[in-house]
Formats: sequence, C-alpha cells, structure tokens
Amino acid sequence: MRADAPAKPAIEHPMESLLRMDRIPHIWCPTCGIGTAVTAFASALEENEIPLDSVSVVSGIGCTGRVAGYMKLDSYHTTHGRAVPFAVGLHLAKPSLKVVVFSGDGDLAGIGGNHFIHTARRNVDITVICVNNFLYAMTGGQVAATTPVSANTSTSPYGNFEQPFNLPLLAQSCGAVYVARWTALHIRRMTKAFGEALNKKGFSFVEVIAPCSTLYARRNRLGTGLDLMKFYHDNSEIRHGADPNDLNIGFQEKIICGKFVDIEKPTFLDSMNECYGKSLGEKYEIYEGAAHA
Amino acid sequence: MKFWRTPLDVERLKVPRGEVHIIKDRCKGCGFCVEYCPRGALEMSDEFNAKGYHPPRITDETLCVSCNLCEMLCPEFAIFCVLKEEPEPGEEKKVEG
Ligand code: SF4
Ligand code: SF4
Ligand code: SF4
Repeated sequence: MRADAPAKPAIEHPMESLLRMDRIPHIWCPTCGIGTAVTAFASALEENEIPLDSVSVVSGIGCTGRVAGYMKLDSYHTTHGRAVPFAVGLHLAKPSLKVVVFSGDGDLAGIGGNHFIHTARRNVDITVICVNNFLYAMTGGQVAATTPVSANTSTSPYGNFEQPFNLPLLAQSCGAVYVARWTALHIRRMTKAFGEALNKKGFSFVEVIAPCSTLYARRNRLGTGLDLMKFYHDNSEIRHGADPNDLNIGFQEKIICGKFVDIEKPTFLDSMNECYGKSLGEKYEIYEGAAHA
Repeated sequence: MKFWRTPLDVERLKVPRGEVHIIKDRCKGCGFCVEYCPRGALEMSDEFNAKGYHPPRITDETLCVSCNLCEMLCPEFAIFCVLKEEPEPGEEKKVEG
C-alpha cells in the first residue's frame, strides 16, 4: 500500500461495520454536525465494547431522526415526538437492552416534550441523545422550543421572542440521573459522555449542540457549519458540575459544556419491584431483568 | 519539534505515524478535517468528486501523527486514518523530507 498512490486500496472505513452502508451517503447537508455526533456514538459503542445485539436506537422525525435508519443496529424510526414512549416500551419489554433515543431538539423537547419530562421523572433506564440545532430543521426551519431569543427562523422572521428551554435544566429538574452537554466539536468528550450515559442506570441525557448550516446558519447569516464549529471553539466553556440554572444559551453567546449531573437513584423498574414486592410479598414475582443485571 | 525543556525520555518516545485514507466520493467538502488537523496534513483540493464537492487531499503524509481527529470530526465517514506499523526510531527529523 503506497502512501502516495492516487487511489488507495479500498480498506474499509472503521465505522462501516456499524452503519447501513447501502444508505450512505446520508441525506444531511454539507457541514451539518449530525454525522459527527453519529461517529462519536459509534465510537462510544466500540470503546465501551458494548455488544451490538444489546443496543437499540430509536429516533423520531427530523434531520436527527434519520440516525435510526443509518445505524446498523436494531432501530426504529417512530412518528414525530414519539421516540421516547416507543423506547420506554422497548425497555420495559426487555430491560436487558440498552435503549438509546437519538433525536433532535424539535422532536424531543417540542413535539415530544411531555414524554421527555415524564420519562425523566420516572427515571426509566434509557439514554436520550438530543442533537440541538436550535430549530425544526427538516420541516423548513421553524422556531423551536430551543431557539435562542432573537434568532431568525422561518417562523420568526423578526427574531424569536419566546424564551427557549434550557435542556440540561429541564432534564435535571425532571429527575435525570446523568446530564451532559457538548458541542459537535468536542468529539472526544462527547464520545466519553455517550459511553457514560450508556452505562448509567436510569434516565441519562446528553445534549449535543450541532451546526445546522442550511437553515439556522444561513437564515442568521452565520456562515457555514464550519464557521459554527469555529464559533464553538472560541465560545464554549467547560464547566463540569455547573448549576443547570446557568446553562441558558443566548443567540451567539457563550455555550457552557460539561457533565452537570451524575447521581444514583432507583429506576422505574427498581421502584416498581420494590413497591409490589413489599405490598404483595410472595405473590409478586420480581419483573424479569429488573434485578441489577 | 521544539521543546521548552527537552523531555528526559525523548530518545525512547516514538511519534506515531498515520496513513490517511480519503473516500473522495463520499465527501461533502465541509472542511472540518482540514481546519482541525493539528498537523496541517490536509488541504482542500480543486478537484471535483462525483457530487461536485471538493474533497480534501493530503499535503504531506509524513506529518500525520494518527490522532484520528479528522476521522472523528468527519460528518460523512469519508476520511480515516490507520496507524502505520513501522515506527521510525528517534524522531520525526529522520522521516521528514
Ligand atoms: S437542514 Fe440543517 S440539520 Fe438538517 S441536515 Fe441540513 S444542516 Fe443538518
Ligand atoms: S489523523 Fe490527525 S494528524 Fe493525521 S491527518 Fe487526521 S487529523 Fe491530521
Ligand atoms: S471532514 Fe469529511 S466531508 Fe468534510 S471535507 Fe473532510 S473528508 Fe470531506
């Protein structure tokens, strides 16, 4: 294999075993950050030696919602906002599975917001990865529950005047046991966070701030996704353990990243088994898999 | 490489070498790899791929230290690096050229 040969012999990209290569190239725009988050997720699976048979990915609708279709894992592409309830069902049916919801901010915090808060409240043992690009991308760039104040979207042509969600605060206050935020540029830390979230018992949440070049960057005249990556480089600050109340994101303002919550709490199934076991005694058979496997 | 203070084990340390692979037709020319390669081993080319994007090209592969940053950042799974299994003794001075 010569280093200077024009076309090098076809060694496979190391990620190919984890992707449905018949669907690659993917539909994401040039300089979109979702693909980078997928690479980090695939690396986390590899680094943590997680058996691929035991992982399933659930997505909703949206640009990030396509992830389920590109990963060569058991996956399901649900209707808009319903990734979390589907994942909860999957988890309850087979608690030994590592169920991962990989979806966008519009899908998880907007359309599916109610599912998100109640699943966090119950501490259901799933992992939620939310790629936040600050608007509804696939449907045409409408204002979302995460759009920073004054940002321009197709339904906020004079700038957004609604207060956005602070997603780590939302997750933490609802009861998540693991909460982290990274940008698409923090690839190694994001990979580490995905690994930690996957291994965490309970509701774990990782927010990934990623560039949407076609809608968010273009409408706000911020250049390309590469310019946004440079912006993250210059304007993100790592503050582990920061108070989630301080994690609001203003338009083109500092982004605080880090791991904010990492605590232990009984999961939904733990609590259910404990309650029924206590009340029903012998008559109750501990639900399979709920014992700390 | 310049050192502020020469490390005591500099003779024993080997700088890893990488072999970069670019799958040109999968690239969408985002430039992430070029911008963030810590060794400046990549640049955008003028060439067009099948979809009309400019893929990157390698400026000097001896610069690559197999950090895999390009591979991790690429949103298209279009570039990767494998560690070269022939570490040169000493330092990069010897391999430069
Ligand atoms: S519309 Fe935005 S989020 Fe969707 S693929 Fe394009 S750049 Fe990415
Ligand atoms: S592996 Fe690292 S040094 Fe080598 S080309 Fe990629 S980014 Fe540059
Ligand atoms: S990061 Fe990937 S898609 Fe972007 S220019 Fe480099 S090889 Fe092409």
